[in-house]
Amino acid sequence: MAPPPNRRTGFSRRAQYTTFFGYLAAGLGALVGGGLLIASLTDSSRFSDVRTTATDVTAPVARAAAASRAESRGVFDAISGYFAAGRQNAALRREVEHARVKLVEAQSIAEENRRLKELLGLTKQDPRPVAVAMLIGSTSSSTRRFATISAGSRQGIAIGMPVRSPLGLVGRVLEVGSSSARVLLITDTESVVPVRRASDGIPAFATGRADGTLQLRLINLGINPLKRGDVVVTSGSGGLYRPGTAVAVVDTLLPDGGIARVLSDPGASEYVTVEQVWNPAVAPASASAPGPANLNQGGATR
Amino acid sequence: MIQSRLQRQLSDPFRKKINRAPSPLIAIVMPWLTVMLGSLSPTWPVIASAPLLPPLGFLVLLSWRQLRPGLLPVWAGLPLGLFDDLYSGQPLGSAVLLWSIALIVLEVIELRFPWRNFLLDWLVAAGLILAYLPTAMGIAMETTPSPIVLAPQLLISIFAYPLVGRLVALFDRLRLVRFRKLG
Repeated sequence: MAPPPNRRTGFSRRAQYTTFFGYLAAGLGALVGGGLLIASLTDSSRFSDVRTTATDVTAPVARAAAASRAESRGVFDAISGYFAAGRQNAALRREVEHARVKLVEAQSIAEENRRLKELLGLTKQDPRPVAVAMLIGSTSSSTRRFATISAGSRQGIAIGMPVRSPLGLVGRVLEVGSSSARVLLITDTESVVPVRRASDGIPAFATGRADGTLQLRLINLGINPLKRGDVVVTSGSGGLYRPGTAVAVVDTLLPDGGIARVLSDPGASEYVTVEQVWNPAVAPASASAPGPANLNQGGATR
Repeated sequence: MIQSRLQRQLSDPFRKKINRAPSPLIAIVMPWLTVMLGSLSPTWPVIASAPLLPPLGFLVLLSWRQLRPGLLPVWAGLPLGLFDDLYSGQPLGSAVLLWSIALIVLEVIELRFPWRNFLLDWLVAAGLILAYLPTAMGIAMETTPSPIVLAPQLLISIFAYPLVGRLVALFDRLRLVRFRKLG
């Protein structure tokens, strides 16, 4: 395509100036961008007000869209479920038989647990969740893994609170707007969750790898005791996440740990619960303060 | 340019709507609005646990710039990038910087090759995408994960580009729909 005639400046002074100042403004734009970038890289919370206001504006529309997401997924599930119904039915029946026995056992263990706790004088109970919110968006084209939830400071949400779905840990609150909040997902590379193996409590750190999996790093090095299929849960050290929340299943083994699949795929969880910070006395005073000390206590942020 | 198109269309005797003209407001605002709509893609109801969706705002911007050079000014990267940064999850300023540079590069390429075809346009856009996504990742992360993370997104973005171009062409036709009554 030939260049359109109006972009040849010709003899017109005005046209020449317009083109010149256009290039000048473009160069200045790049400089301004570089300045903003340096400013936001040195202090991650510097522009959080602007960002949260922006997500607050789009939150109502996104909430409606999120509802339609749930419905459309339901349709696909219904269709795919139709094809696998017979096989699934048999498998589920077997599973229910097993689960019933396990349930009774678990009930007796819970009862015993309660009695023992009473004996020790431990009265701490599971706290009520702060809010139940919808996942209304995620940074699907950036390599950082943030999600937006449909509840903010008006619902009592504060920075640092852990976010979970019925299946397991999702992440923690990073920025709070009045009616929406930004969540750092556990798959982000800057998120570090202290975990332990559910069966015997071998401690490790779970760092995100930005592609939907977690890297597990064992604290005690030596022979790698992990096996495929091991479930890791939060250990509660650092004071941010309540111990015992399911996190991931080990998928591949590495010399110093393994790669684990996240249990609560944020794409499949529609509603999430926001909980209180488990033990504020231990948790870092400012959950978003940078520094290596904080990195070991539940994740540093940018 | 808008003026000349308008005159050409109005002088066409076979047009149905004789005393209609496009709204100048829509004709000017449409490209800005569509780029901003593309930037809003993180608020779509897709919760991804890995970067998968193409950077739609960037693709729409490139398409407009290649389809109608001169419609969006060279400095459009500043306001549009700022809007994109509010939603993309990147540190604020990354899109402002990268989009401004991309537009300047595109302008230089366009002055070098005024006679372009589809393939050249696609190659240039693919080159810009191949530069943009890894740079954006480098800006956003302190510890760079394996580049494999970006591979699916790069492929999807490059192959989605012609489709985005068709969509932008559709918007370009909508932009000049003549619904404003003259006289």
